Amino acid sequence: MSDRPGPLDYSRKLWLRLWLLAVFVFLYAPIVILVLFSFNDSKRNIVWRGFTLDYYVKAWHNAPLIEAFVNTLVIALIATAISTVIGALVALALWRFRFPVKPLFEGAMALPIVIPEICMGVALMAFFARIGWPTQMPWPLSLASITVGHVAFCFPFVAIVVRARMVGFDRSLEEASKDLGASEWQTFRYITLPYMQPGLIAGGLLAMTLSLDDFVITFFTSGPETLTFPVKVYSMVRFGATPEVNAASTLLIVITIVLTVIAMLLQRPDKELQA
Amino acid sequence: MSNGGRPMVQIEQVSKRFGNVAAVDDVSLNIAANEFFALLGPSGCGKTTLLRMLAGFEQPTGGRILIDGEDMATVPPNRRPVNMVFQSYAVFPHMTVADNVAYGLKVVGVPAGEIGPRVEQALAMVRLEGFGGRRPDQLSGGQRQRVALARALIKRPKVLLLDEPLSALDRKLREEMQLELVRLQQAVGITFVIVTHDQEEALSMADRIAVMDKGKMLQVAPPQELYEAPNCQMVADFIGKMNLVSGRVTGAEGTRLTIETSGLGTFELDRGYVPKGEVGIAIRPEKIQLLRDKPNGELIAWPGKIAQLAYFGDSSNIYVELESGLRIACTRANQSRQDSVAFKVGDPCWVAWQPGDYLLLDS
Repeated sequence: MSDRPGPLDYSRKLWLRLWLLAVFVFLYAPIVILVLFSFNDSKRNIVWRGFTLDYYVKAWHNAPLIEAFVNTLVIALIATAISTVIGALVALALWRFRFPVKPLFEGAMALPIVIPEICMGVALMAFFARIGWPTQMPWPLSLASITVGHVAFCFPFVAIVVRARMVGFDRSLEEASKDLGASEWQTFRYITLPYMQPGLIAGGLLAMTLSLDDFVITFFTSGPETLTFPVKVYSMVRFGATPEVNAASTLLIVITIVLTVIAMLLQRPDKELQA
Repeated sequence: MSNGGRPMVQIEQVSKRFGNVAAVDDVSLNIAANEFFALLGPSGCGKTTLLRMLAGFEQPTGGRILIDGEDMATVPPNRRPVNMVFQSYAVFPHMTVADNVAYGLKVVGVPAGEIGPRVEQALAMVRLEGFGGRRPDQLSGGQRQRVALARALIKRPKVLLLDEPLSALDRKLREEMQLELVRLQQAVGITFVIVTHDQEEALSMADRIAVMDKGKMLQVAPPQELYEAPNCQMVADFIGKMNLVSGRVTGAEGTRLTIETSGLGTFELDRGYVPKGEVGIAIRPEKIQLLRDKPNGELIAWPGKIAQLAYFGDSSNIYVELESGLRIACTRANQSRQDSVAFKVGDPCWVAWQPGDYLLLDS
């Protein structure tokens, strides 16, 4: 039995390494190609014709594309902020209290996750039309309907992540805080919130990623004046994928990576203090 | 005493019901200022619920609680003049030791200049000088316990509540902390109320002990009285070890009773009162002498043979089976190195005790 490889020993087998490589190629090659071809000096995205930054300049001067890009960022930031707050409150309510309709409430909260996105998109469109949501609004306000839609499907994810975090929380910490003279608010601010923080960051990030690249729900809730980046890219690709799209997409990838790295740095335990 | 002899804690007919279950059932109790008071009982007896009502985390469903003369009914936990040391210590994991200890002062707005010296002082009191910058996860269980103590004592409470504070520590550390807690209580002069299920802990530390079972207060007495004169079978059985036989009062001349027991024959006993019906007769194992030959004189003696031996090093528990079939436990100090091998299973022997060592218990 001793010559049988342990679980980690399998990584030394050739076939497993090849398999691993294949998985990584399958997952990441498209992204690498997207980034590479954003520097391609060609109108078509097929053959490599040399390095250029032209398409970044072009994308920069493509006013509708930049506008869509800014829309996406604004929506993502606002939707993330609101979803994080609502999600955290839902998580706290579910974690902390027992009430008669709790299972029902819990199910209702998870509904936006399980409902097919297309249904939710249609539902939101019908809803906004039915209540007569104003469509002709000045710029940031015109994004409100999309933002509302994004919040609706983002906050349950935050709630799930934050609630999972709170499971490990020792309730006697809150009692100790109150026992030492802290008010309800001080207890939340100094004891509960610091414990929640990693969950809030993780949940917020998840919400932001979901919002940034959402197509279906945005498509149904946006007007002609309020295109977002994914919707705009879709319409551009219909007339042929140009390196301009690649350039803009690369920028989005970079932003996402930077945000993720920041979040990971924020969650890192204090190494200096533990030394 | 500054309050003119008034009890520091007055618990008046307090009950706590969860649905149909009474966790605490009509308990009345006074705890004096500067007293080291223990609530003792098996798990689920209501002692922790009672402590949490003192802290304000649970509201009584009946009766009232006064601390230093003030009714606590409408006072929330953060405004009560009590502080608690939690069973899990509840040391804030994301704060340093110093921040933990300072927390109770910061949240009520004590000026920063005053906090520093008081934190130093509190840490010195629990012998944690120089640990202020550490994180809780760098501390041992005993050290975390001390942080929890310093954090509570820095608030200068009128009453310190301790919820099974030593149960998570190993035996040696526990004994050390028992002495430490008594020293600390004498040094700060604060009323301590400790909840414990460990009778040794309660006996060795407390000035007075309340024994609880199923929400009821069975007996409140100083340790010696609780041990030597328990007022019921439950207390007798819970505190220390006990040989317990059931008996029946068959005759009474004033308070001089004739008692017929199952296994220890019929004898006369006068304890100054007449119990009704069934009684319990009890003798502590360490009060029983184990002899090779029948003793002379006043001693009550029964022949038997050794049924089982349990060796603990400093002492042995020896179980003797009498001819009536009754098993008597007898604790013997191993005073010389030969003592532990003096008796073997199956040896004939005599067990003997003073008539005054009988305890008469209502059942």
